[in-house]
Amino acid sequence: MANVTNKRPLSPHLQVYRFIPTMAMSIVHRITGGALYFGTVLVAAWLVAAASGEHAFNQVNWFFGSFVGQVILFGYTWAMLHHLLGGLRHIMWDLGYGFEKEFSTKLAKANLVASIALTVLVWIVVLIVR
Amino acid sequence: MDMRTPLGKVRGLGSAKSGTEHFWKVRTTSIALVPLLLFYVGFLIAYAGKPYADVVSALSNPFIATINALTIIASIVHMKLGMEEIIQDYIHTEATKFALLILNSFFSLLAGGLCLFAALKIAFAG
Repeated sequence: MANVTNKRPLSPHLQVYRFIPTMAMSIVHRITGGALYFGTVLVAAWLVAAASGEHAFNQVNWFFGSFVGQVILFGYTWAMLHHLLGGLRHIMWDLGYGFEKEFSTKLAKANLVASIALTVLVWIVVLIVR
Repeated sequence: MDMRTPLGKVRGLGSAKSGTEHFWKVRTTSIALVPLLLFYVGFLIAYAGKPYADVVSALSNPFIATINALTIIASIVHMKLGMEEIIQDYIHTEATKFALLILNSFFSLLAGGLCLFAALKIAFAG
């Protein structure tokens, strides 16, 4: 039998689609998910250090307090808030709402704006509390 | 010799009855993580940069320790399932795919194990 799976037409992929907000936020949702996955290493480091004793905890805290550490934590905050808001959109779609073109486009843009605004807000509060 | 067609062989065998389980677990954990992470972020805001003794005593509070453990469990399950989806979407070489799926399980369990043990040690022993 001829190999029928070899030359089958493929469905259109990323490169043939026009770049639109819903698609961009879908990609960002996946990327932030991947980033959060590896970000658990930071949470593990923090908790294990806290469980190990004061010296280890201070070392990890020093790293998180350094410039590089702060940039990573700022990015982590944004990734989490973006993924969280994106997740809420997914729950809405799962329940069968919000598929209208204009609305979903607006919501995709709002997801990006809100995630950045909330991240900045969280960090302002952190800096005030500290 | 088996004369039956491939379709005839599988017809009537039914599904494994677990088709929506993956989807369902991702959604359940995501719903759980909304309040859990909001609390977690609030906790981190309050305790970011605080001295060791303060952080440890807060993490050993029964309520916070429970939230901490639940957040760890829900996050690890959610991220393992999410990474499975990514691997299955993009990796089409069988050997690489299975290797990465196993690696994903190991990484998730290791990260989850470390976080959970640390959280419980702080809760019980300080």
